[in-house]
Amino acid sequence: MAHVSSLIAEDIELYLKSHENKSLLRFITCGSVDDGKSTLIGRMLYESKMLFEDQLTQLEMDSKKVGTQAGDLDFALLVDGLAAEREQGITIDVAYRFFSTDKRKFIVADTPGHEQYTRNMITGASTADVAIILIDARKGVLTQTRRHSYLVSLIGIRHVVLAINKLDMVGYSEEIYNQIDQDYRAFAKEVGLQNIVTIPMSALKGDNITEFSSNTPWYQGETLMGYLENIQVENVAEESGVFRMPVQWVNRPNLDFRGYSGIVVRGSIKPGDSVRVLPSGRESRVARIVTSDGDLEQAISGQSITLTLADEIDISRGDILAATDSPPGVADQFEATIVWMSDEPMLPGRPYLMKIGTRTITINVSALKYKVNVNTLEHVAVTKLALNEIGVCNLGTDQLIAFDPYKEDRDTGGFILIDRLTNNTVGAGMLHFALRRSQNIHWQAININKRAHAAIKGQKPFILWFTGLSGSGKSTIANLIEKRLYSLGKHTYLLDGDNVRHGLNKDLGFTDADRVENIRRIAEVAKLMVDAGQIVLVSFISPFRSERRMARELVEQGEFFEIFIDTPINVAEQRDPKGLYKKMRRGELKNFTGIDSPYEMPENAEIRVDTTIQTPEQAVEQIINYLTDAGALSQP
Amino acid sequence: MLTHLQRLEAESIQIMREVVAECEHPVMLYSIGKDSAVMLHLAVKAFYPSKPPFPLLHVDTTWKFKEMIQFRDVMAKKLGLDLIVYINPYGIEKSINPFTHGSAVHTDIWKTEGLKQALDKYGFDVAFGGARRDEEKSRAKERIFSIRSAQHRWDPKLQRPELWRLYNTRKNKGESIRVFPLSNWTELDIWQYIYLNNIPIVPLYFAKERPVVERDGTLIMVDDDRLPMKMGEVPMIKKVRFRTLGCYPLTGAIESEASSLTAIIQEMLLTKTSERQGRLIDHDSAGSMEKKKQEGYF
Repeated sequence: MAHVSSLIAEDIELYLKSHENKSLLRFITCGSVDDGKSTLIGRMLYESKMLFEDQLTQLEMDSKKVGTQAGDLDFALLVDGLAAEREQGITIDVAYRFFSTDKRKFIVADTPGHEQYTRNMITGASTADVAIILIDARKGVLTQTRRHSYLVSLIGIRHVVLAINKLDMVGYSEEIYNQIDQDYRAFAKEVGLQNIVTIPMSALKGDNITEFSSNTPWYQGETLMGYLENIQVENVAEESGVFRMPVQWVNRPNLDFRGYSGIVVRGSIKPGDSVRVLPSGRESRVARIVTSDGDLEQAISGQSITLTLADEIDISRGDILAATDSPPGVADQFEATIVWMSDEPMLPGRPYLMKIGTRTITINVSALKYKVNVNTLEHVAVTKLALNEIGVCNLGTDQLIAFDPYKEDRDTGGFILIDRLTNNTVGAGMLHFALRRSQNIHWQAININKRAHAAIKGQKPFILWFTGLSGSGKSTIANLIEKRLYSLGKHTYLLDGDNVRHGLNKDLGFTDADRVENIRRIAEVAKLMVDAGQIVLVSFISPFRSERRMARELVEQGEFFEIFIDTPINVAEQRDPKGLYKKMRRGELKNFTGIDSPYEMPENAEIRVDTTIQTPEQAVEQIINYLTDAGALSQP
Repeated sequence: MLTHLQRLEAESIQIMREVVAECEHPVMLYSIGKDSAVMLHLAVKAFYPSKPPFPLLHVDTTWKFKEMIQFRDVMAKKLGLDLIVYINPYGIEKSINPFTHGSAVHTDIWKTEGLKQALDKYGFDVAFGGARRDEEKSRAKERIFSIRSAQHRWDPKLQRPELWRLYNTRKNKGESIRVFPLSNWTELDIWQYIYLNNIPIVPLYFAKERPVVERDGTLIMVDDDRLPMKMGEVPMIKKVRFRTLGCYPLTGAIESEASSLTAIIQEMLLTKTSERQGRLIDHDSAGSMEKKKQEGYF
């Protein structure tokens, strides 16, 4: 049965009226395994009378069958959802639970405390107003408690409940309670958490959850439910801040109507207010706020609206509408914190998609400054970020974007990162500030352009990108091709892996991170040469698809030909023209492509050369024929 | 400050707009029930003064209540929306029904397979569904944007993290996304919203005298003559209503006097059994919803 409000039976309309005006509070529970999170949430559902009789019956049956409370109600069973989890007795993902009291509706993000699940906690915390951090009274402040608190602070939750749980197991000792409270506050200060309320409780026995417990007569504060019902979390920035609305969709039912739809993420807006469009900087005034129930006189933070402007200016999805007197910044280089969420590590230099607000752009990390040890808060120098690691870095975007620092605005400063090949969400991050150099470096307007450079040489510029294992025959074939092109009167240049590593890239080794940077530099150099009207032959192992794709995207369509020199590793090892395989077999070389470092085969190479059946000369014919057919060798 | 319903409404609208802005070929699954009614109302709001820029899809089983079908056609016409009705031809060929084939096969062929076929046939890459997280334990863990493989399978371990209001709508070739704009609504929220906004719902939700028979302790309405009767059995006339709607032979009626919206809500709040109990498909086995979802059921 649901709410035991006698009002329901007596005057349902009055009850509905009161329910209609409830507010919403979102919170997360965090704690280590066995701190009693599931029990606490189950208990809150139970106490708020949100369980139906059949669910209670089920709970009683399950408690007897698989419960851990010797046949007593095991509240944890109410929230342990998936079959896989029930079998293993753990929580593997973020789950959302709902309950309401007479004052508020609550959404709980139930996040696991398991070692490797930083990702889930950050996810659950990103939408929460309040965090409940559970501590087992028998264990006190643990490493995990520190980690959870750091994450809560990082994601910007301003209100924290320290729930000292299982107090029944330590005889409801006030001394233990005080000690833990003191220990925790000392630590919380370090991570910048304020507004901490400590509550002594037993989720299992129900002490201080909804009613004051006679077991803790020394405690004078609120019950947990009392706190959750009354805490004022209205984010000052959100409610009274200056107006921000990322444009989500341009609404054009006909030629006479042009509306901009989006959610007001901060502040409020009225017809007549002036707004600035970012990043373009154009300005106009709001004409109408249009809804299906008639126009609005005002819209406030949190509402999804459609507005029209007084002037016809160019606005599209991804732009931000903002108050003219306090607009967001515009930049393309930033310092940011990144939380990595993928098994594949984050490599500086590798391009990722960033979704921020309603905009998706390409970024790459130019410098990974350090990672944060989430247990000790120490800064550690690293070259990549692994799953569940948190790092501070500089990153560059491929276009100017409007933004606010995350600590001022979650919606215009928080972002996710998406892998361009798998399309998975691989990271999340928070912008700190724009780097000053981002305002100072401008593209030089160049008068003699690529077309002019190419015309004087009488050729079309392009890149031939040779990829394949060490010893596959890349350099041999590339050399022959260059000779042939030279004889055709073409201006060419061959960038060879070994040669470039002696100079431009001599600071780089052979780790994944260095390989990515190696290719990034080569791709940029090749691009500059194409701008100069040159035909560039690049002969590099280039083992990763995403870097080859990055190189391809640097130049225009039709200017990039990927040539896969396909030689099986055993054949390459047999040839071993540089003796590298032998060295590797003697253990003198590490990170050898194809052996202990991956080679990702091209999926859509323009040309594939099979050296087990083709001679180098035949390969040259094949490539030259392909280029001729593609029109690459004709006059510009 | 916004009320909880205003916040839920804004969130659902933001989700729908995100899909329309970023995806190529969305469709809204319309199951004719109260959740679909709310979802449709929100869609109209989200895109006003434009019409919702996607069609409605009803995966019919040929076993829905007659009143549902009438209501469906009236609503689509009234709102001027494209309605696609898809019926699995294999189901027709084999005359699949819950009596001879059981509820599991019935649901699998008509609903799960039918849905997959319809999405493939029309090439929809995103489908809105009205599921809520409070309905069932495995739903509580599903994302708002739920990626499905080319075979429409759901892998709970491969879900993408969803942070803030940022949804990753990108997908690989062949993959599709199920999107649940009502994820954070509860049953009470749905009813409250229907009440506040006068949203039309199928009359079967209101108590009325209807012919029913008892099957395994559940009251089943005799909606047409395909329901097998026992020897000499005559349907009883009882004042009943439905808490959820589906295939009539699989949907239990409850005896009730609640013939107005407020009476329904009152009854719901005072009632003793939870919503999905009226739906027979959940009882097949423990973890059955999780399994069905992995196979491609909504």
